[in-house]
Amino acid sequence: MSKTFKIGGIHPSDSKLSRGAAIEVFGLPQTVTIPVAQHIGAPAVTCVAKGDQVKTGQVIATAAGFVSSNIHSSVSGVVTSVDDVPDAGGMRRKAVTIQVEGDQWAEGIDRSDKLMSSVTLSAKEIVEKITAAGIVGMGGATFPTHVKLSIPPGKKAECLIINGVECEPYLTSDHRVMLERSEELLVGVQILCKALGVEKAYIGIEKNKPDAIAHLKGLVSKYPGVEVVPLKVQYPQGGEKQLIDAVVGRQVPSGALPIEVGAVVQNVGTALAVYEAVQKNKPLIERVVTVTGKSVKTPANYLVRIGTPIEALIERSGGVPDDCEKIVNGGPMMGRALSNPTAPVTKGTSGILLMRTKEARRPAATTCISCAKCVAVCPMGLEPYLIYKLACKTMLAEAEEHRATDCIECGSCSYACPAALPLLDRIRLAKAGVMKIARERAIKQK
Amino acid sequence: MEKKLIISPSPHIHGVDKTSRLMRDVVIALLPAFAVSVVVYGVNALVVTGLSVVSCVLFEFLIQRYLLRGPLTINNWSAVLTGLLLAFNLPGTLPAWQIVMGCFVAIAVAKMPFGGLGRNLFNPALVGRVFLLISFPVQMTSFAPVTRAATDAMSGATPLAFVKEALKKGMGLDQIMPDLPSYSDMLFGFRSGSLGEIAALALIVGFIYLLWRKVITWHIPVFVIGTMTAFSGILHLADQAHYISPLFHLMAGGTLLGAIYMATDYVTSPMNTRGMLIYGVGIGLITILIRVFGAYPEGMSFAILIMNATVPLINKYVKPRRFGLAPAKR
Repeated sequence: MSKTFKIGGIHPSDSKLSRGAAIEVFGLPQTVTIPVAQHIGAPAVTCVAKGDQVKTGQVIATAAGFVSSNIHSSVSGVVTSVDDVPDAGGMRRKAVTIQVEGDQWAEGIDRSDKLMSSVTLSAKEIVEKITAAGIVGMGGATFPTHVKLSIPPGKKAECLIINGVECEPYLTSDHRVMLERSEELLVGVQILCKALGVEKAYIGIEKNKPDAIAHLKGLVSKYPGVEVVPLKVQYPQGGEKQLIDAVVGRQVPSGALPIEVGAVVQNVGTALAVYEAVQKNKPLIERVVTVTGKSVKTPANYLVRIGTPIEALIERSGGVPDDCEKIVNGGPMMGRALSNPTAPVTKGTSGILLMRTKEARRPAATTCISCAKCVAVCPMGLEPYLIYKLACKTMLAEAEEHRATDCIECGSCSYACPAALPLLDRIRLAKAGVMKIARERAIKQK
Repeated sequence: MEKKLIISPSPHIHGVDKTSRLMRDVVIALLPAFAVSVVVYGVNALVVTGLSVVSCVLFEFLIQRYLLRGPLTINNWSAVLTGLLLAFNLPGTLPAWQIVMGCFVAIAVAKMPFGGLGRNLFNPALVGRVFLLISFPVQMTSFAPVTRAATDAMSGATPLAFVKEALKKGMGLDQIMPDLPSYSDMLFGFRSGSLGEIAALALIVGFIYLLWRKVITWHIPVFVIGTMTAFSGILHLADQAHYISPLFHLMAGGTLLGAIYMATDYVTSPMNTRGMLIYGVGIGLITILIRVFGAYPEGMSFAILIMNATVPLINKYVKPRRFGLAPAKR
């Protein structure tokens, strides 16, 4: 029996069309649009103005507080505007637009391919470099990495878990990184271990990536304390809480952070970015993005500069197919349908999925037949059907009692529902309502 | 971009399960048992089953179309399934008008007034059956003799009824055992009983199909059958002369039909495995209590209906294992 999480889970077809496509350097676009809010927390504050000349890797917006992140220019050229532009969802958000001119890098960045495997810096220096490089969780949550590495007083990290699960169907960017950037990744893991002061790191990989498991297993002997953990394929194993349960068998209590059980989880892409930041002085200005879909001509994995228009990536893979009716920013389970393909790739963009008409349309909802499938698949042990019904009646106090806020929005319930009820849509509303009530209660108590 | 894009919240993909597919799968799983009933009871089985299915579908159609005036629901296969399950619980000799009446009770009393599929409290097919059993006890308990297995002593009586009758007369089990159908006959369906309940093997084949298609989980059938085995086993060990063996209890009567196909009805069973445990154990206990100590030879239908009534309470108080509440292993 291979390891996996203990409660719920579904088995969608993994559809990893681009698993064999090596990472391809996308090259420079003509312009980039770099939003100042690419992370969870306060938007960064711009420090360039229209007409400024910038270099690749130069800071263009600085972190506004602890839970925030620096933003760097991913190209060299002239700032043509600092203004609100529509993001992928169509919301206007502040961004820096840069006209690309050449590719001049800021000083101090090591652009060579040479592997720098000795970790000389202290934990404090490592975290400082990571903070400066603007690294955020690259699995999609975009939580600033330096915050995760700052262990709250009284708590102690016991192990680092590297998330190489990539349980979202279609996406392959982490898979390719594990295959092609493996040594750098492993050094990154060691750096993270040092920053946290832990001896043990696990790399959790689902068994649908046997090549990555074998490859990394062959390399880890050189990296003491690092262990590859093959996991049974099951969605949503890449969820932080599920992954910790799968790898070390501990369940993070409701409402608590992973550090409560002594674990810190970092994504594969993040570990690579950490390597580049600490060993090469290179800030987070590019990432691997999967472009895929059943009728996409050439599903691919591109190494893309942050700020490149999503459109350009789709164009490179053969354009929007005629039968495409939905473009998803991310994977099909948790990604967001985008309305604006001119929006840029950001630090959290793991993939672009072009869905065909028949996949894009939701089946018509019928009535709940109490089949209990939603309860059986919920990885948090909730009762989705019940929270759904409570949300429909806006019975928020009851929804809170039934732990609506524990929902991780993985979508397993909606996926499994034979009546095709919009379970998660309603549960999200319940969650938002419950959180609002909780905030108001907290203010009153103060 | 001139192309219109669909914007909807995640998830963007959906599993293969559909209500109609699940219901149709249960119908498919019942086909082996149906085939056996046709072999054993001949054309009667075809007539009863056909009439029952057609009546149930027709009643649902008429009610939905002319009384509730809602969208058509018969294409979800649930009325077909109700008709099939009701027929499986009837003797092959039941008069046609009684069958239609049973179907009417199942659909027009037990199902549609609650709001149709998904909202009924009791299993419609069982309500139909119990209505007929109480209203027409004679017709509902007389079965055409099954020529191969039955001896003169028990022609037309189900094995359970035969045992009950004999024990009441003060006979010991050792006296009546030779007159009972052999276990292999019960496995293949050569014994008296309702149309769908007679062939244990066919019902088990259907169970495997349902598990393979992930239509139901193993929990409820295993809890029901396990409880019946344990309870009747204890009685049997205590007094072998008066309490028949657990194996007989499992093969006779509606045990398998009830445990696999009726107790697992989505709508009227609990929503999580802990609830299913209470529900399954309850059905097992009540069934054996009625069979051994009650007035009726068979108690499966009553047991399921009684436990159906507890399901809302079970769902209210029995919650699934929550993530993060298990004591952390350190």
